[in-house]
Amino acid sequence: MSFLEVLPIALLGALLGLDVVTFPQAMIARPIVSSTLAGAFIGHPESGLLIGVVLELIALDTLPFGASRYPEWGSAGVVGGALFAAEAKGLPGALPASMLAALLTASISGSSMVVLRRMIARRLERSRVQIEDGSRDALLSLHLSGMTLDLLRGAIVTTLAMLIFSPLVRAIVATWGSESEYSRAVVVVVAAMVAGGALWKVFHSVRHIIWYFVAGIVIYLATRVIA
Amino acid sequence: MTSTPLPGFGLPFRVKLAMFVRMLAVQGSWNYETLLGTGIGFVMEPALRFLPGGVNGPAYRSALARESRYFNAHPYLTGIAVGALTRAELEGVDPARIERFRSALASPLGSVGDRLVWASWLPFCSVVALCVFGAGGSALAVVGTFLLLYNAGHFLLRAWGLHVGLARGLNVASALGNPVLRQGPQYIGSATALVAGVALPIALQRVVGPGRALVGGIVVAALVGLLILARLRERAEGWRIALGVLAVFVLYSILT
Repeated sequence: MSFLEVLPIALLGALLGLDVVTFPQAMIARPIVSSTLAGAFIGHPESGLLIGVVLELIALDTLPFGASRYPEWGSAGVVGGALFAAEAKGLPGALPASMLAALLTASISGSSMVVLRRMIARRLERSRVQIEDGSRDALLSLHLSGMTLDLLRGAIVTTLAMLIFSPLVRAIVATWGSESEYSRAVVVVVAAMVAGGALWKVFHSVRHIIWYFVAGIVIYLATRVIA
Repeated sequence: MTSTPLPGFGLPFRVKLAMFVRMLAVQGSWNYETLLGTGIGFVMEPALRFLPGGVNGPAYRSALARESRYFNAHPYLTGIAVGALTRAELEGVDPARIERFRSALASPLGSVGDRLVWASWLPFCSVVALCVFGAGGSALAVVGTFLLLYNAGHFLLRAWGLHVGLARGLNVASALGNPVLRQGPQYIGSATALVAGVALPIALQRVVGPGRALVGGIVVAALVGLLILARLRERAEGWRIALGVLAVFVLYSILT
């Protein structure tokens, strides 16, 4: 992909990266949304949705608690969705390779958020006297520049990830040796175990939780029998 | 903007709206020094203009400085703090009392919000969207369901927080005893488990695709992996394991 082709994807990544923490935290950054939107940008929303669902299962493991460090799914979802949607349908390596690119992007983008927060702290240090004096201008400047920097952060991460991973994913898909069934199976197993483990981690203290889950499985089996 | 003090307590609708919109960006200057602090000052700023002397008055400047110091809370529940602190500032409450209130409120607003939103409402909305996907929903249906459901709770919580904070001022602590905040995570957790029991199999089935072999192997491998992760709990980060497994598998697949 050339820089001009990447630019709209980068803008989407910037906007969705902003949603993770800064504005408006409406969860348009969750992979189930961000990957689907990126897929729609490429012209294949259903492909974006497919990888978005798998990434969402993995993202259940990383809830954005306070000051903890976590992967950033907004830009990562966009990268994963755009890469997967850009590949021809049915190629066995496309999903695992795009997911790997998305997970790496999520990790790197999470680190970029730490860098951003340190940058804001340094800016705060420089304007501390004015803010402690109640300067409206200093406060607005700090806050608005923080938001702008986050927008830029998302754009830079998405652009770099697309420029690096787009040819890499294409090369991986071209030399892929595993069979289609196994390729999809590995992805599904990984997503299922991470999602299950994540839900258990979050809800294990809820009373009778296992029985609610079993009841859900029974409902699923009942619908299968009826169908 | 007027600098006339308001009779009793009551803010014009446009000021409340400005505070609500700013609240959506309360974490715009989040940093490791003051955490949400400067964001709280940013959100309260339109209301503080009503202090005697307006934006150039000493009351405004000292209130803005005080409210921009260290603060931490769940972002969706900052409305409770913002509303209560705004009322206290406009009513001229003793600054030392405001500082004590600020310190006392931060921790509960963080833990209650984390449990209710990040650890309950968000996973619930995710599994509902996965259920819609598994049931054959289109991209629009899946994304629409997730965003509408999640944000109905999100925006209601923010608006309720601001309203209750402004209405009760420093007596807002009792609002944290609201049954939704106290019992909500328990009920939402149960509902999430129930929906997940349906959603996970049907969503994964759609990802695998029709007529695929290996379904039995997938179920067994996923259950074994799940049991291992469940036993490890906080000691293992599932997404890192996923990254490692996928990296090895991709490497294997391009070398064979």
